[in-house]
This record gives sequence, C-alpha cells and structure tokens, in this order.
Amino acid sequence: MSIDPPLSSAAAALTVEVAVVGAGPVGSLVAALLAGCGLTVAVIEAAEPEILCRPASDGRAIAIALSAKRALAAAGLWELMADAAEPILDIRVTDGASPLFLHYDHTQVGDEPLGWIVENEIIKTASLTRLAALPGVTLLAPARVAEWRYGAGGAEAILVDGRQVRAALVVAADGRASPTRAAAGIGIDRWDYHQSGIVCAIAHERPHDGVAHEHFLPAGPFAILPMTHNRSGIVWTESSAAAPAIVAQSDADFLAELASRTGSFLGRVELSSPRFSYPLSLQMARRITAPRLALVGDAAHGMHPIAGQGLNIGIRDAAALAEAVVDVRRLGLDPGSPAVLERYGRWRRFDTLVMLAATDGLNRLFSNAVPPLRLARDLGLAAVNRLPAVKRHFMRHAMGLVGDLPRVLRGERL
Amino acid sequence: MPHSNAPRRIPPARIREREATASSEEVARFTAMAEAWWDPYGKFKPLHKFNPVRLAFMRRVLAAHFGRDPEAATPFTGLSLLDVGCGGGLLSEPMARLGFTVTGIDAGDKNVAVAKAHAAQSGLEIDYRIATPEELDGARFDVVLAMEVVEHVPDPKVFLGAVADRVKPGGAFLGATLNRTTKSYALAVMGAEYILRWLPMGTHDWHKFVKPAEFAAALRGGGIEVREFMGMAYSPFRDEWHETAELDVNYMVYGARP
Repeated sequence: MSIDPPLSSAAAALTVEVAVVGAGPVGSLVAALLAGCGLTVAVIEAAEPEILCRPASDGRAIAIALSAKRALAAAGLWELMADAAEPILDIRVTDGASPLFLHYDHTQVGDEPLGWIVENEIIKTASLTRLAALPGVTLLAPARVAEWRYGAGGAEAILVDGRQVRAALVVAADGRASPTRAAAGIGIDRWDYHQSGIVCAIAHERPHDGVAHEHFLPAGPFAILPMTHNRSGIVWTESSAAAPAIVAQSDADFLAELASRTGSFLGRVELSSPRFSYPLSLQMARRITAPRLALVGDAAHGMHPIAGQGLNIGIRDAAALAEAVVDVRRLGLDPGSPAVLERYGRWRRFDTLVMLAATDGLNRLFSNAVPPLRLARDLGLAAVNRLPAVKRHFMRHAMGLVGDLPRVLRGERL
Repeated sequence: MPHSNAPRRIPPARIREREATASSEEVARFTAMAEAWWDPYGKFKPLHKFNPVRLAFMRRVLAAHFGRDPEAATPFTGLSLLDVGCGGGLLSEPMARLGFTVTGIDAGDKNVAVAKAHAAQSGLEIDYRIATPEELDGARFDVVLAMEVVEHVPDPKVFLGAVADRVKPGGAFLGATLNRTTKSYALAVMGAEYILRWLPMGTHDWHKFVKPAEFAAALRGGGIEVREFMGMAYSPFRDEWHETAELDVNYMVYGARP
C-alpha cells in the first residue's frame, strides 16, 4: 500500500481498476479480496486511519458467522483478528420469563463454532493492517470526494483537496448515510422502529461457556454475547423514549437494571466499556447498482441487529461482488461492465430481502406482550426446538451456510 | 502466397492483394455497424454474450502454451499479440488487460477509429492500424488471432496463409469461425439473422463458411501445427454460450508454429 501525497496537477490522476469508498470492514474486505487477485484498488476513506482504529471507541461486539469468517480468512483478514475472537458454541433463545426456549448447540451441525464475537475496533484495525500489507492497494485517508463524474469507460472522483482518482468500478462502502449513494441519486426506503440499541461490554465473575443468549423481552430483543477475557457484549433493545434515561443512570443503577434482565447466572458483573445508545431503523437502497457503481454493506441496506446479521450480510455483499468482478476480469473483460453489476445485483437482491424481512418480522413478532402472540411464538420456539431438521436449517442459516453462496463463503479460493 | 518469400510489391499490386483478403463489400457492411460494437445491449449483443466462452478458451490454451498462471491478473506480460480483424476491439482490449502487448488490425477504417476511441476511454494502450496481415512488413508475434473473420474474406486459404505467416516460431495461433453444415445454415444464418434478428441480415454468407478440415489444411500450408478444435454452443434457457465437442456450427482452433 502507498499513501499518496497530494497530486500537483490534474494530469497526475491516480488510475486504478476499482475505487472503494470507505475503509470499514466491508470496504476493506472488497479491496483485500480484489487486490489479492492482482487488481489495482484505491480505498478512499474520510477519517484519519488512527481515529478509525482507536481502541474502545464504541464498545460494539460484532457477530461473525462461520461463512463470513471464511471470507475474512480468504482475504487474509481473519488471521489478524483470530486471537481476539471468542467462539460461539451455543445459542439459547428465550421468550421473556417463559420456560420454553430454543437451544442451538454447534455439535448438532459439525465441529466448527456457530460463529464468533469480535470487537468492532479489532475488525477495523485488522482491516487497515491488511490494506497496508497489500501492494495493489492505495489508501487515500483522510480524503473526501467533492464530485463524481461517471462516463462510458469508468468513473472519476475529484477529491476535495484536488486529487483525482479514475476507476472502471466504484464500490460504495461508506455506511448508512453513504454520500456516494446520494451523489449517484439513489434513494432509500427507511422505517423507524422507535427502538434504540443500548450497547456495552461487561466483565463477569463466572464463565460464559461460549453461550450467546437472546431474550425476547417486551421492549425488544436483549442479547448477551460471549467475548474474550471473560467479558460479554450486551445488545439491549429499548423503546427510543426509555433508552436515554437508562443510559444516563449511574453505573450502579445501570448495572442493577441490567441484572434485572440478565439474571444472576454470570455472577458479579461490572462494566468494561462506556455505554452507548443509538436509534434502530431498517433501511434499504432502492437499487444496489448504477452504471459503474455497486453499493455494499450498510450503504445498500441497514437492518435490525436482532439476529446479529448486519456485518454478515455486508460480508456476503463483498464476497459476491468480488467474485463477479474477478470472474470477468480473469477473462480480461472490463471489471465495471454492466455484466458484472447485473450479476451482483441479481445475486444479492433476494438474499438481502429475505434477511431484512426475517429480522424485521422477528422483531415485530417478539417486541410485544400480547397474550395470544406470546403463546403462539412460545409454541413456535418449542416446536422448532423439537424438530431437528428444521432446527438444523435455522442453525445453518445463522451460520450463513444457506443460499447460493459465493466461493469464499463456501471456504473455496476466489 | 507467404509474403516473406515474395518480392516487394509495387502499390497497384498491393491494392489487388488487399482486395484478395478483404472485399470492399464486406468492409462496408461491418463498418456500418461499427458504432454499436461496444453497446452490450445493442446490435452486437450476441458477440458480447459470446465473448466470455471465447476468452475462457483463449486464456486456458494460451496459459498452457506459454506456461503462465491462468488466474493471475496479467498472465501474459512480455508477450506480443496480433488481432487480425479486430473490429471495435472486443478481443484486443481483454487481451491487453491480460498483459499482452496488442496490435489490432482491421481493413475497416471506421472500425479502427472506434477501437482507438474505446481503448482511450478504457485507459488501455493498443496499437490499432488499418491494415491487412500482409501489410505488416514481416512483423511476427507470439500470438496471432483470427477470430470470426475467416468467414468474411473472399479466399480463406490465401488469408489464413498470410495470417499464419505472422506467428513467431514457438508462438500460437487462435482462430474461430462457422462450419459449413446444414445445421450452421439453419442456426447461424436463418436463426440468428432472419428469425432472432441477432445480427443484421446479410452479415454472413453461408457459402463462405469454413469446414474444420479446410481450416486445418490452410494452417498447415502456412507452417502451423493444429493442436485443438473446440466447439461452442448456445443454451437458450441459460442465455449463455458454452464449450462443446460438436464442431458443427461455431468452433475455435488452436495451433502452434514449432
């Protein structure tokens, strides 16, 4: 990787095959997969690299499914975070105080864990470290695009500092608010859940034994995710009206409120990160491609964190796009051609819709205390628990092993 | 009529020779279509659909011939390639992306103009010229392509002799054309031109199609050893082309100069 100094003249534009906007985990994965196959890639990132991977900046614990881990491994990213990843050996789903629950044990589907929990900063740091090690990648950071010009042969970015980047394909991996998506005139559909996610990490006395807990409480889902060093990540959904008051409490009051939801199975608990709350919404770009442009990750879709699928879906996007690009480029064809974008769009649209609908439906079904619904869902959970074939299917879904998978998600070479 | 053995010709004879390998009627027909070359949804949509299967065969055969890694981004760096009848550059550009130093020649000046303009857009350096193979003054290349062009020249044997002559010793030749069979008449001419309207009517003259044995004989006459034939067929349900052992409609040929 090289970090380019500002170019002195317009003629000295940086020309690459693919320009990725955003050096987050999904953008970095696209860049690393493509550069690993010999393509030239520029990564344009608005933030300073040092700020991106500052430790403990947001306390978020990220779930990585088995298939997503394979994609990260194919890109050389997993080895940089494996030591800081805690395996999920078991998932227990419970509905409020009801005794009925659904139990996923990894030994029912194979030897590998169901997934891993990794802290957000660890993933970000690994991403930047990998980009720095790849000779085909030029990281421009901090850099902002002032103007995009799309033409027949490719796209051109004019950066705020005057530098120019030309590429056959632009990949927008710049998050929910994606300026690249907005500049291309692609609208979004958005639904507000009127819920907020409260996140923090806790250290506890007793071991978590690799178990992830998902409790469906009336205010919304509540998850306890196993982390390294006997810590757990909390993802706590509350109504947006109640969340700010909960976060603003003293540590002791916050912990007491937390204990009323977790119970006492972890023993004595203390906070090991600051706590944050952010509003939850579902959003979806109206299109995920335009001529010379592909949207990936949160720029394409943002979903409810209920099933821990946000980054996993983004990783699927990255894997599918990289495969569509590489297959065409290995024939010598234009990596930003309509054939590439059509294949990517068709491939991702259905999967994304299914996941958005499933996470949205789960949240709506479980975020209430209406008695008939409660009974129905409890019976549903119990029924699923007693039908091994159905359960294995759900587990394989959670592990990201269902559907028409890109090669790197199946554990094959790109 | 291997050019290297012939004495230098004076211009009038040269014009006659050029006419022998590219009839003006044919040149005018493709030139009229040239602006649409690069529109994947336009008139040349079938050629764009067809390109991946041709390119996959070419990459595989050439990587094996030169001992290169077919999965590398630029496996053919350091090798030269001549694309005879390059048209708008539909093969010249991919070959340049894969690392070849490409010279593209075409008898249609508008084709060459379109190819040059498009290569500039794509940021690729390709040496495009209005020329026939005989006009290259003895230059030889590691790879010579004559893809979907033999069926458009008046005398395939003379043309293939001139093309074969451009291959360096140790180099490779790749060609593709349509077989002269009842099936090819039905599919390529009646089907593609008249019924599906894939190609403008009159694009192909079935009588000029070349049987694999005739292709091989012409290459051998030019000192090329024929190593492989491969057929191509279209699957209507998948809307995709694939390789096939049947050579009765579209086929490709790989040869080498020892």
